[in-house]
Amino acid sequence: MFTDWPLLSLVIWLPIIGGVFTLLTGDKSPAATRRIALFTAVLTFLLSLPLYFQFDPGTAAMQFQELAPWIATFNIHYHLGVDGISMPLVILTTFTTILVVIAGWEVIDYRLSQYMAAFLIMEGMMVGTFAALDSILFYFFFEGMLIPMYLIIGIWGGPRRVYATIKFFIYTFLGSVFMLVALIYMYFQGGSFAILDLHALPLGLTEQILIFFAFLIAFAVKVPMWPVHTWLPDAHVEAPTGGSVILAAIMLKIGGYGFLRFSLPVTPDASAALDWLIIAMSLIAIVYIGMVALAQRDMKKLVAYSSISHMGFATLGMFAVFAILDNPANDGTGAVLALEGAMVQMVSHGFISGALFLVIGVLYDRMHTREISAYGGVANTMPWFATLAVVFAMANAGLPGTSGFVGEFMVILASFKANFWIAFTAALTLIIGAAYTLWMIKRVIFGAIANEQVAGLSDLNAREAINLGVLAVLVIGLGVWPNPLLEVMHATLDNLVAHVATGKI
Amino acid sequence: MPYVYLAIPLAPLLGAIIAGLFGRQIGRAGAHWVTIIGVAVSFALSLWVFKHIVLDGAPVYNEAVYTWMATDAFRFEVGFLVDNLTALMMVVVTGVSLMVHIYTIGYMHDDPGYQRFFSYISLFTFSMLMLVMANNFMQLFFGWEAVGLVSYLLIGFWFKRESAIFANLKAFLVNRVGDFGFLLGIAAVLMYTGSLDYMAVFGQADQLAATTIEVLPGTEWNLVTVIAILLFIGAMGKSAQVPLHVWLPDSMEGPTPISALIHAATMVTAGIFMVARMSPLYELSEVALSLVVVLGALTAFFMGLLGIVQNDIKRVVAFSTLSQLGYMTVALGVSAYSAAIFHLMTHAFFKALLFLAAGSVIVALHHEQDMRKMGGLYKYMPVTFVTFLVGTLALIGFPGFAGFFSKDAIIESVHASSIPGAGLAYWLVLLGVFVTAFYSFRMFFLVFFGEERMDDHARAHLHESPRVVTVPLVLLAIPSAIIGWIAIEPLVFGDFFAGAITVAPEHDVVGEVGHHYHGQWSFILHAFQAPALWLALGGVATAWFIYMVRPSIATAARERLGFLHALLDRGYGFDEFNNQVFARGTLALGRGLSSQGDARVIDGWLVNGAARLVGWGARVVRHVQTGMMYHYAFVMIAGLLVFMTWFMFA
Repeated sequence: MFTDWPLLSLVIWLPIIGGVFTLLTGDKSPAATRRIALFTAVLTFLLSLPLYFQFDPGTAAMQFQELAPWIATFNIHYHLGVDGISMPLVILTTFTTILVVIAGWEVIDYRLSQYMAAFLIMEGMMVGTFAALDSILFYFFFEGMLIPMYLIIGIWGGPRRVYATIKFFIYTFLGSVFMLVALIYMYFQGGSFAILDLHALPLGLTEQILIFFAFLIAFAVKVPMWPVHTWLPDAHVEAPTGGSVILAAIMLKIGGYGFLRFSLPVTPDASAALDWLIIAMSLIAIVYIGMVALAQRDMKKLVAYSSISHMGFATLGMFAVFAILDNPANDGTGAVLALEGAMVQMVSHGFISGALFLVIGVLYDRMHTREISAYGGVANTMPWFATLAVVFAMANAGLPGTSGFVGEFMVILASFKANFWIAFTAALTLIIGAAYTLWMIKRVIFGAIANEQVAGLSDLNAREAINLGVLAVLVIGLGVWPNPLLEVMHATLDNLVAHVATGKI
Repeated sequence: MPYVYLAIPLAPLLGAIIAGLFGRQIGRAGAHWVTIIGVAVSFALSLWVFKHIVLDGAPVYNEAVYTWMATDAFRFEVGFLVDNLTALMMVVVTGVSLMVHIYTIGYMHDDPGYQRFFSYISLFTFSMLMLVMANNFMQLFFGWEAVGLVSYLLIGFWFKRESAIFANLKAFLVNRVGDFGFLLGIAAVLMYTGSLDYMAVFGQADQLAATTIEVLPGTEWNLVTVIAILLFIGAMGKSAQVPLHVWLPDSMEGPTPISALIHAATMVTAGIFMVARMSPLYELSEVALSLVVVLGALTAFFMGLLGIVQNDIKRVVAFSTLSQLGYMTVALGVSAYSAAIFHLMTHAFFKALLFLAAGSVIVALHHEQDMRKMGGLYKYMPVTFVTFLVGTLALIGFPGFAGFFSKDAIIESVHASSIPGAGLAYWLVLLGVFVTAFYSFRMFFLVFFGEERMDDHARAHLHESPRVVTVPLVLLAIPSAIIGWIAIEPLVFGDFFAGAITVAPEHDVVGEVGHHYHGQWSFILHAFQAPALWLALGGVATAWFIYMVRPSIATAARERLGFLHALLDRGYGFDEFNNQVFARGTLALGRGLSSQGDARVIDGWLVNGAARLVGWGARVVRHVQTGMMYHYAFVMIAGLLVFMTWFMFA
C-alpha cells in the first residue's frame, strides 16, 4: 500500500493545513489545540515512515516523485522526490516535530495555538525543502521557513529576542539572495530550474567558482560555518526550547543538505578547487568553536557552540571527499565513507542537539535561568534527569555506543585518507568536546546541592521523560547499530562520488 | 558455541540494566543478586571457555556477531576473537569482578547508591569483556571508551564531593588525550590495510613495515612505527604511563571496590593487553619498542618513589599500581609479552587483594584512610592482616609468592634484552624493586603494627569485617600466593601464547631466559644469586628499621631532605604544570577567542559593524532629502547641466 499515494505532498501539506486549522481554532480551548497539534504531528510522522520502509536502497534515482507544472512561463515545476540523502532528513524532521509539540505542551502559556501552528507550518516547509526537486520550489520553502522561525523567536523568545531575530533573519536572508542569483543565472544557461538538470548543466570553471561562492554564502550561514556563525548562539539563547530544538536538529541540516544537493553536484570542479577553503573553515569550527564553547557561562550558548563545532564534522566530511580523491597515496576508497560520515553526523546531531536543548529546557522551565553558575548538584534532586543528561552529554562527547561516535569516527577515519594533519586536527574534538560537555555536566549536574532552588527541584514528569527517553533509545540504538541508516544511503552517495569525481570540465 | 561467547558479556550487561533501571523495584538485595548472578554466569562460562580453548585445545574462535556497518569498501563488524590470551583475560576479569561484587555487599552496605553501584560494576564487566574479546579495532575502541565511561561514573560515584567530580573529569580528559592518539592509530590502520579486523591487519604487517609516510614534511617515518606509537599513546592513557599517569592517583576518590577492580586489576591493564594483542605490529618497530621500554621504566621507578611519601593508604596502593604497570610496560618493550601478561594476571590478584584488604581496614576505621591514624591493627583484624601480608609479599616479589615469579621473569628478560633503552630500564626496574619493598612494608608496618594511633571511639568499635568481605579476601589471597608457581612454566616458558603473541626471533628474550629455567625450585634458588631479591629484602629491612625500630629517622629525613620530600609530595609537579598550562591555558584561550574573536571581531566589527555602516550611510544620504523644493530643483538643473556637457563633449 501507500505506493500510489502522493506521500511527499501529504507530508508537506498535512502539517501546514493542520497548522492553519490550529490557528483558526484560536486559544479558547488549549487542550483541543494541543490534541490537534499532536495528532497532526504524529499522523505526519506515520505517513513519512513508508518513505523509509518502501524505499528502494538499490538505486540512486529519485523516489516517490511527484511532478506537476507550476509556473509554466519559466519552466518551473512542482517537483518532489527523495533519495538516500533527503529521505532520512525528512523523517528526522517529522520525528523532531512530535518532540517539539510535546515539549511545548503546558510550558507555553500564551498564544498557544499560534505557537503550535508555527511549528506545524514550519515542519511542512522543512520537509518541502528536503523533498523539492525544482530549485525555485526549494528556494520557496528555504525562505518560507524563516517566517515561522522568526515569529517563534520573536514572540515566545527571551529578553533580547528582537536583536536575535533581526540578526537571524538578515543573516540567513542575505545568504540566500546570492543563491537565487546563481539559480537564475543557470536558468538562462540551461533553460531549467530542475535540480537534476542543474547537476548535468555544463559549466566552465570560472562560472562554477562564482556559483560555488553564491551557494557557499547561502549554506554556510545556515550550517553555520565559522565565521558566519554568530547569529546562532544569539538565536538559540533567545529562542524558546522548541525553537532551539528545531533550529539545531533540522534547520542547520538544511545548510549541510544544500551542500550535498547543490554545491557538490552542480559545481564539482569548483568544489574540488576550493575544497581546502571549506576544510579549513570546518577545522576552525571544530577547534576554535570548541574552545569558545569551553568559555561559555550560559548552557544554551554552550550547546549552540557545540552544535557549530559538530556540524564542522559534517562539512569536513563533505569536502574531504575531494582531498581523498586527490591523494595519490590513496587507493580511491574513503570518499563514500567521508560523505556517509557527514550524513550520519547530521542525523545524529539532530538527535543529540535536540536532546540537549530539551535537557536545558527542563531545567529552564523549573528555574528560569540558563546560567551554569546558578546550578550545581542537580543529580541529588533529579536522578533520572541526571542519568539522561549524562547519556546525552556522553553522546555529545562522541562516546562509542552512541550515535555521536559514528559520524565523527567515520569522518576522522576518512580524513586520514586525505591527510594526516586533517585527521589530527579533527580528532582534537575527542579532547575538546569532552572537556566542554563534561565540564558543564560537572558544574550543573554533579556536586553538592548548590542552593535552595536546586533543593526544591522535582524530577522529570511523564511528558519530559517520554521525550528524553525516546531520544536516548535512538541515540544508543544508532550507536550500537548504525547500519540500517547507512544502507539507504549507499546507492545515492556512491553515485554522488562518481559524479563529482568525473567533474564537468 | 557462539551463544556461549555472546552470553559471557551479555549476562553482566543484563544485570547492569536491571539493577540500573529497576533498582528501586527490586531493592538492594535484588540488585546485588541480579548482578552477582550475571557475573557468576559469566565467570562460569569463562572457565568453561578456558577449559575448551586452552586445556582441550579447541581451535581459536574468530567470528563476527553482526555487521555494525558496511560502507564504502569497508565492513565494520562486532565479533569475538577467543584464543588463549583472550581466554586467560576473560577468566581474570570475570573472576576478580565476581570477588569484587561479593565484597561490595559488605563495603557499600550503608550507601544510598547501592543499586547504582552494582549496576555500574556490572556494566564495567560487560565493557571490559567486550574489550578483551574483540576481534577488531573498532570494537576494541568501543570497549576501551566504555570502560573509561564506567571509570568516570565510578570515580565520581560520590558525586556530592567536589574532589570526586574533579577527579573523574580529570580522569576522563586525560584518557581522552590517550584515546586521541589511539583513534588516529586506528585511522592509520584502516587507511593502509583497508580493514580493522585483527587478522586481516596482522596479515599485512610486513607490507606496513615496508611503507614509509611523511608525517612532517621532509621526514620519512616507517608506517608501523607511526601506528605502533599512536596506539601506544592510547595505552599510556589507559594504563597510566608517564606523562599521562596523572589521573590514576586521583581516581582513588572512587569507592574502594572499584579501585580494586578497575584501577588496579583490570581496566588499567587494558593498555598492556592491547600492546600484547598487537605484538605482530610492535615486533616490526624497534623504535616503538624502545619508547615503550623507556616510558615503562620511568613509570616503574619514579612512580614507585612517590609511594614512599603518601600517608593515604589507598594512594600508596595506587602508586604501587602505577609502578607495577610500569613493570608490565617494560616487559612489553623488551618483547617479553608473555611475562607482561603473566605479571598482569598475578598483579590482578594481589593488587585486588591489597585494595580490598585496605578497604576492609578503611571500613573498620569508619572511612579513615590516613595511615597516621592507624597502627596495631593485626590484633583486631586477623584475616585482613594475614591476607594483606600475602598481598604485600606477592607485591614485593618475595620468593614463592605470585609476584616473585612474574617480576623476576620481567627483570631477567630486561637483562637479556638488547633493545635500545633496555640498559637504562634494567637499572630502573632493579632499583624499583627496593623502592617497592620499602613503601609496601612501610605501609604494612604503619597499618598493622606499632602504636595504635586511632582515637578511642574508633578503637572501641574495631572488629574484623564480615564474611562477605573476608571471603573474597581469602579467595584472592590463594592465587596471590600460588598462581605464580603454577603458571610460570606454561604461561611464560611454555607455548601458551603461541599463535596469540608474535615474537621476532631476534627479540626472543623470554626464550633466552627459558634456556636457564629448570623448574620453580631452581628459579627460586637462582634468585638468591641475583640482585633483585636482595634489593627486595633490603627494602623490607629498611622499612622495618625506620618505621619499627627508629621512627625518628623518618622525621629527621623528612626535615633534612625537605626539598626532595616536597618534590615527591607534589608528584614532580605534573599536576601543577597541567593545571597551569593545559587546563587554565586552554580556558584562557577559549575565553579570549570568545570575547575577542567572536564578540569583538566577528560580531563587533563585521556583523554589527556592517549594520552600523548601513545606518551611517543612511544618515548621510538622509541629509540629501531636505524636503526643500529649491534644493531638489537646484540638483536637477545641475545634473542636467552635467549630462548635457558630457553628451556634447563625449
